[in-house]
Amino acid sequence: APQNIVRYSFKEGTYKLIGFVDQLAVHFSQVGNLIPKDSDEGRRQRYRDNLVTGRPLDEPEAAEKAAEELMTPKQPKERKLTNKFNFSERASQTFNNPLRVGQPLPQPLDLTACIVHGREEAGPTASISPQSDDITKVTQAAKIVERMVNQNTYDDVAQDFKYYEDAADEYRDQEGTLLPLWKFQNDKAKRLAVTALCWNPKYNDLFAVGHGSYDFMKQSRGMLLLYSMKNPSFPEYIFSSESGIMCLDMHVDHPYLVVVGHYDGNVAIYNLKKPHSQPSFRSSAKSGKHTDPVWQVKWQKDDMDNNLNFFSVSSDGRIVSWTLVKSELVHTDVIKLKVEGSTTESLEGLQLHTVGCGTAFDFHKEIDYMFLVGTEEGKIYKCSKSYSSQFLDTYDAHNMAVDAVSWNPYHTKVFMSCSSDWTVKIWDHTIKTPMFIYDLNSAVGDVAWAPYSSTVFAAVTTNGKTHVFDLSINKYEAICNQPVVAKKKNKITHVQFNPIHPIIIVGDDRGHVTCLKLSPNLRKMPKEKKGQEVQKGPAVEIAKLDKLLNLVREVKTKI
Amino acid sequence: TNEWTNERPGGRPTPSAPRPHRSVGRGEAQAEVEETLKRIQTHKGVIGTMVVNAEGIPIRTTLDNSTTVQYAGLLHQLTMKARSTVRDIDPQNDLTFLRIRSKKHEIMVAPDKEYLLIVIQNPCE
Repeated sequence: APQNIVRYSFKEGTYKLIGFVDQLAVHFSQVGNLIPKDSDEGRRQRYRDNLVTGRPLDEPEAAEKAAEELMTPKQPKERKLTNKFNFSERASQTFNNPLRVGQPLPQPLDLTACIVHGREEAGPTASISPQSDDITKVTQAAKIVERMVNQNTYDDVAQDFKYYEDAADEYRDQEGTLLPLWKFQNDKAKRLAVTALCWNPKYNDLFAVGHGSYDFMKQSRGMLLLYSMKNPSFPEYIFSSESGIMCLDMHVDHPYLVVVGHYDGNVAIYNLKKPHSQPSFRSSAKSGKHTDPVWQVKWQKDDMDNNLNFFSVSSDGRIVSWTLVKSELVHTDVIKLKVEGSTTESLEGLQLHTVGCGTAFDFHKEIDYMFLVGTEEGKIYKCSKSYSSQFLDTYDAHNMAVDAVSWNPYHTKVFMSCSSDWTVKIWDHTIKTPMFIYDLNSAVGDVAWAPYSSTVFAAVTTNGKTHVFDLSINKYEAICNQPVVAKKKNKITHVQFNPIHPIIIVGDDRGHVTCLKLSPNLRKMPKEKKGQEVQKGPAVEIAKLDKLLNLVREVKTKI
Repeated sequence: TNEWTNERPGGRPTPSAPRPHRSVGRGEAQAEVEETLKRIQTHKGVIGTMVVNAEGIPIRTTLDNSTTVQYAGLLHQLTMKARSTVRDIDPQNDLTFLRIRSKKHEIMVAPDKEYLLIVIQNPCE
């Protein structure tokens, strides 16, 4: 057909070139009248023909049968036999690309649009195979199936976790055991030590593991992995960072916010809802990062303007409060740790203070402004958020660096500290000397109170053992003393109790996290006397611990 | 000029080769799903995995053609039946997954809006 047909357009009053010229010219068409034999109309016609010609087909039942056939199409009674040579299974045919909404029309039809510059759709992008588009929609199903597959593989572990209670505990006097459940490890974090563990406050099967290195000489990158107990073989979220992660904390009200402290002194906030590898907010040298590794971070309640707020402590002696104001981190120095009695006079008469190095802190659960800081010199300072120059109190706690301090979850006056000098000490904050001292024969890496009882706590040591104590059962010894990691040279670095389930997670310096179940003896509730109801609740726990403390205090005053 | 080809006569902007605004996001999610599927395939005891679309046509599989076709057709019908059962009992409810444990192995089906992910695993080695 000719290419240059021009027609007069009445709308515009000009002659216009017609772009699309129909290459097909129809010379003759006639609507035919052939209908298939088996269709409704065909059958009706045949029936009429038969009636007209008077061919008897056993009149009554033929009429019925024919009537029936008219109503319903014939059903094939037996299955079609498939012939290998010419039968093609529908499923094995070539894949027809599904129609895509929004696919641009091929160029010749789209003239008016093409004249407008700026339309970006075109041919080349349509060459992406539609199959790869579709695969992303299977994400959710793939996640569910991966968990199912893992549940099958670790079926016995899952059953143990839920139902196994060690029956031998009845005969074991008062000791308990720890049953190993899952072991979490990842290739990417293979040579990094576990430096921090934290359970998610909202989702009880999710926990975060921070990886880094405690070795001063061998510093490399860091990783933050979040695992779910439902999938032990692969973490749910992976973040990597340039500097080792030393500590982390998850926000209670916003369980998707994780704050992290690095070895190079930076702090960062990761938002789990946006799983890019980069943190959402990060401190920098300009915005007041620490000059030494950050050893602990903790979220605080939102401040008066509803901004997120957290504290960090570091070896450079500063305790800093960071506030997230309009997507920027603003820092405020709360306290500078000074080593008392070490002021020296320099030439001009200035007083120089030696800066203490903070290694751990914990905030009081009820008294908002009070918190404890442990230092490398072995002292513990009781500080207030409002006074930045003076400590409320000082405890000469240990001979070496304090590794962890922790307030008792029930009793408001009791806290516990552990150190590399092999001891764990329990204190009443009104008394300068410890209530209980435990020597564990090896440097203690971490110590944690149990969330279900005021008298149970766990401590982990560098010789690979986990010790669980229950003060109401045995005041002087551990009720469980168990090596938890496989090789002897493996040092355990951290321990955390799950808030709901009777399990603990233990991290070591090879990057493995082991999950253990506490046997019933370790979870004992006080036996009720006959006729009295079992009282539950924090008041009971406090009373329990009070009784013990009074005993110890009486002994002390007598001495 | 020949209007039927993809050549562009001067005056119309040519689109730049890679399109960053959409393909990066899609590429990341795609890579993640591919990795998840690969992990499932290499997990202990897994015999085969396949992705089947809404019509029962397999899109991706690790088994041979005839087995795949057979599983796809049969499980598709079963999943439809299971889903309609769940919805008949409570219209607000929907099928999350289907697990069929037989003597020899376990078949797990995770339906999605448009796709079906089928995994066959031998739980105890």
